[in-house]
Order: sequence, then C-alpha cells, then structure tokens
Amino acid sequence: MIDKAHIGKTFPAHAVTVEAGRLRFFAKAIGETNPIYTDEAAAQAAGYAALPVPPTFLFSLEMERENALDWLDEVGMVLAKILHGEQSFVYHQPACAGDVLLFDTHISDIYDKKNGALEFVSKQTCVTNQHGQHIADLKTVLVQRNG
Amino acid sequence: MDEQHIMMIDFDQITVGQALPTLTLPAINRTTLALFAGASGDHNPVHIDIDFARKAGMPDVFAHGMLSMAWLGRLITNWVPQTQLREMNCRFAGITHLGHIITCSGRVIENFEQDGNKRVRVEIQSTNQYGEVKILGDAVIGC
Repeated sequence: MIDKAHIGKTFPAHAVTVEAGRLRFFAKAIGETNPIYTDEAAAQAAGYAALPVPPTFLFSLEMERENALDWLDEVGMVLAKILHGEQSFVYHQPACAGDVLLFDTHISDIYDKKNGALEFVSKQTCVTNQHGQHIADLKTVLVQRNG
Repeated sequence: MDEQHIMMIDFDQITVGQALPTLTLPAINRTTLALFAGASGDHNPVHIDIDFARKAGMPDVFAHGMLSMAWLGRLITNWVPQTQLREMNCRFAGITHLGHIITCSGRVIENFEQDGNKRVRVEIQSTNQYGEVKILGDAVIGC
C-alpha cells in the first residue's frame, strides 16, 4: 500500500525557460496546423508576445526536472503499474516562449478503491511566471493497478 | 478541410447545444508515440519499448493519455482562441492502442457565471473508430 503519510509531500520547486524550438517540436508531434503555435509572426499577429504554450504543454514542463520519476519510488509506486487517471488545468494567464515558469508541486491526496486493487495519488501544481503572475494550476491523478 | 482557415468564433456566438467542429486524427502508429515521447518529455518506456510494455503485462506499447488530451486541446483552440480557455478537465477512461483512429468531439452543455464573468461549459470526449470512449471531460470557455 502507498503510505498516506506522503499526502502533503512537496517537490523541490523548479524553474523552466519555455523554448520556442521545443514548442515547435510539440506542435509537430500533435499534428498542430494553426500557425500561431509555430510561426512567431503569426503568434504576434494574434496578440501573443511570442509562441504561446499550448493548453496541455504545462504538463510536460512540470516534468522538466532532474530525475522526474524518482518520486514514484520514494512513495512506493511502480512505473510499470501506473496509468494516468485524470488531468486538469485551470488557466489564469497565457505563457509564451521566453517565459521562465516556476512549478510548485505537492501530493494532495492518496486513496484506494476495490480493497486496494487500485491506488490513486493526486498531485497539485501551481505555475507562476518570472513576474510573479499566476499562470495556471494543474491536477494530476495517477492510478496504480495492483492486480 | 484546411484547418488554418477555420474561423474562430466569439464568445457571444456560443449557444448551449452547439457542437464543436470535430477533429479526427490519423491512425496512431509507433512513430506517433516516439515523436510524442520526445516532444512531451514523457519518456515512460511503456509507450515506446515493446519489451518493457510486455513485462508490464500489456500486449504492446500504447498511447500517452496526454497525447489524446493534447488533441482535445486542439479541438478547443480550433474553435475559440486559446486565451478564452479557462479550464480543461479530463478523465482517461480507456487505453488508446496502436491503430486507433481518434476523433475528438465536443458540445456546449451549460451557461453560467463565475466571479461575475460569463462562462460556458463544453463536454469533450475522444473516441476511437469502434465507438469506444477513451477520454471524457469538460472545458470552460470565457469571454
């Protein structure tokens, strides 16, 4: 069983510079065709300072820290048994290439269903930018299948 | 259809019951997953290494949930400018496998106010070619 004592565990906050090249690579990988996500001039014509961070890419930036999966072991989770159960984003301000985003993450809940056959770990992340503006909040629920 | 020429709509033109233009993706193959692993930074081998996937009890590698959620993001931002997207919530209801052809769809289900601002809620889902629902969720759009 995943020890519920890990509820409240915080991850070291990390800062990530949003890179335009990475945004273009992500756009390619998801088949994005809207030029505002790949062409600086199109992004600026749409009112952005630079290429905007698309809606789900904050999840990727949250993982941009050293040994991003080590915490699983620390709380007693096994990578091969994990599925992504739920994901939420609440958006406050747009983020663009060149921004430096700060990710502050903690484990907000641990619970189980079906007599422990399924265990759930919920993580919450607050994202702010280099100006101290609140960019977004993320919530991730991972499911461990113990069958 | 050339998606670059889809006209995005203003908040005032949105009505309850309205369907979003659907988005259908090419069949998922191993290249799709390798590219997404690199671009997204999710290097979990269960999505790219068949040996690891089999040891994990899966018949083969399978798609990242966040790939399908990124496509749902495209569904929304093809319809309204991203600056109007306030919230997106998804529950991953089933595993998306190689060969699946995913269609993203959405429908406006509610008008409401949040902190004095007008909002609409859109239910969103991704479904494969067999009609199996892979993601169920909702998005909140503001003016």
